[in-house]
Amino acid sequence: MATRKQTLTSVLIGGLVLGLGVNAQAKAEELRIGFIAPMTGIFAQIGKDMVNGFQLYLDQHGNKLGGMDVKLVVEDSQGKPDTAVTKAKKLVLQDKVHLFMGGLLASTGYALAPVSNEERTLYISPVPAADDLTQRQLSKYPYFFRTGWTSSQPTHAIGQWACEQGYKKVVSIAADYAFGYEQQGGFQKVFEDCGGKVIQKIWPPIGTKDFGPYIPSIKADADAIFSLMVGPMSLQFPKQLRASGNKKPIIGGGTSYDEFVLPFMGDEVIGDVSSLMYSAAIETPKNEAFVKAYRSKYGKVPSYYSESDYTTAEIIDIAIKQAGGKYPGAEKFIDIMSGLKLDAVRGPISFEDRNPVQNIYIKKVEKKKMFGYDKAELWNTVIKTYPHVSQYWTYGKEKFLKQPVYSKDFPPCKYCE
Amino acid sequence: MSKQNLKIISVAIILAALAYIIPHSTSFVVLLATRALVFAILAMSLDILLGFTGLASLGQAAYFGVGAYFTAILATRYHIGLGWDFWLVALMGMMVGALLAAFFGLFAIRATGVYFLMITLALGQCVWGLAYRWSSLTGGDNGINVSTRPSFGLDLTNERTFFFLVFAFFVASLILLYVLVQSPFGRSLAGIRERELRMQILGYNTWLHKYVAFIIAGAFGGLAGVLWAHTNGLVSPETVVLTTSVDALLMVVLGGAGTLIGGVIGSVIVFGLREYLSTLVPWWQYVLGGVYVLTILYLPTGLMGIPARIRQARASYDRTSKTVTKKLAPTAS
Repeated sequence: MATRKQTLTSVLIGGLVLGLGVNAQAKAEELRIGFIAPMTGIFAQIGKDMVNGFQLYLDQHGNKLGGMDVKLVVEDSQGKPDTAVTKAKKLVLQDKVHLFMGGLLASTGYALAPVSNEERTLYISPVPAADDLTQRQLSKYPYFFRTGWTSSQPTHAIGQWACEQGYKKVVSIAADYAFGYEQQGGFQKVFEDCGGKVIQKIWPPIGTKDFGPYIPSIKADADAIFSLMVGPMSLQFPKQLRASGNKKPIIGGGTSYDEFVLPFMGDEVIGDVSSLMYSAAIETPKNEAFVKAYRSKYGKVPSYYSESDYTTAEIIDIAIKQAGGKYPGAEKFIDIMSGLKLDAVRGPISFEDRNPVQNIYIKKVEKKKMFGYDKAELWNTVIKTYPHVSQYWTYGKEKFLKQPVYSKDFPPCKYCE
Repeated sequence: MSKQNLKIISVAIILAALAYIIPHSTSFVVLLATRALVFAILAMSLDILLGFTGLASLGQAAYFGVGAYFTAILATRYHIGLGWDFWLVALMGMMVGALLAAFFGLFAIRATGVYFLMITLALGQCVWGLAYRWSSLTGGDNGINVSTRPSFGLDLTNERTFFFLVFAFFVASLILLYVLVQSPFGRSLAGIRERELRMQILGYNTWLHKYVAFIIAGAFGGLAGVLWAHTNGLVSPETVVLTTSVDALLMVVLGGAGTLIGGVIGSVIVFGLREYLSTLVPWWQYVLGGVYVLTILYLPTGLMGIPARIRQARASYDRTSKTVTKKLAPTAS
């Protein structure tokens, strides 16, 4: 009797051990990714675009990245940097994620980068664009990797483009916060180095809905207006500017006309030009397939938020594959990603100082039919491509990093009266 | 008095239990508890105004923010407050909060009721505006990262050790504020809350008493800010924004104004629902909203009012069973 009991116990224990072993085995094959996005609050819609982009890639690949089963844990940052920090720590401490990604505003990027240091965990930033995280503070945050862009990366290009168009004097009107300073600064630097003049800088506070006080002050002798708007500002500014009778060409930062706001805009924005590393109207088979898949699933044209997260999933996919189907630890994984060259939805990407080197598209808003959709809609038609644009533009790293980060006062407004 | 002692002893036992349990739970719980305790200090400071003096302030985040920015700027620019001098910074943070309150109080204390609410809101937003626009000092929208915690013999990068530091500050604040509200000065504040005119007739300079209470609240708000800078590791305009003030106000109302401990309970519940429940379910906002609405509707004295409600219900039940009496007048605590 006793022996039977003993055998039974040993079998039970053996089974348990085996079970645990199997369990551990299954766990090892799993890639746990923490995803921080604003799911409630004023940025909730953008947060959904971000998660949807990532999820679409997972769905298309059987929920596997590089052969590993993915466990995606989405946490709500509520649009607040403080909450983002709490949630990032929760992801690392409680969910034991291998890496975490996400965030929207530059301030969230700045908030999350130190968490990656403290926890020695990789933080991938598909959207937060604060320049210095991969420039002057690159060595400060060794676990930070960017798959999106730096704020000034696309506006360097449009500065060059505006100069090539023969614009001599430009008035800039940009949202009054760090992202606005960096985008405006990038434009002004390249535009003025090429011979143009920014003759006036206007800084409406973020969230401005009534541009009444600003529009009349725009100088009449400007050849064009550089606008950097975000969120609801993007919708209001062109409408109110045109209603006031001002017919000057608008050139703008990416968020002034990206696909997140474009469907809600009126015909008055036709002809406006902006620059970004993505347009839903890029005419490549890969982008067409992406737009169609995304639209049929979520009922809207993908914005750069969706594209960037989709591409991040692709980058992780390839990097895990190269690592042999397992997560090799943050340092090794960053090395692998840094060496990647891929043909993403937005075009060819390689990496320099943990930031993409990529195409920057100069895009003009046009009303037309695309990709076989039967209705004429507003699309960001690519009119010029600047290939392989580095975050340092053409200045070279050494020279570029000698100047301070773009701010309200840099570059100084030499030609303002 | 023995009833009072019983209360103190039970609070002490609960706190001791918490100090034992929390460090033994998961790291995330420790993290949340630390945050909740910092906000508990802020809520208690606000309770001095709301619960004891009868002044509903919507600007408590200003002192919180000033304390936090003060700490962050000293730590990142001048490397002050990262060793033993942290204690000095904590004291100075309180003074900065008190100074700002002394300045704001000159404008705010003249008003009462909804006007007081409006003025404190406006003053609080001034501080937010400064934090947001004075980029060269505050880092603007991006805020300031305080990446290093002070070290003085203790390893404060360990969340559990840091929890004990915040816990110590919290207990000290609780004791100090408790002594304050029990003092003759504290009683005079309650008198002002109940009937200011009568206090004036009795010869109290009610303006001065309210002003001092306002400054004390500012000082403890500043202290909470100092701790928040190191707890969160990031100080941004989001710290000073109106919602922080509203959160503090809701915490006090939820837990029960005029009880000190009420703010602590409110803080724990709000953090528990907002930061913990939100990791579990997407509909946490409904729960939080429901809790607020139900509390305001059925528990105007907050969760701390539950025992009194039960006693009251029992008493009225006893009485109706003996003789038919009218409704009891609400018992003033």
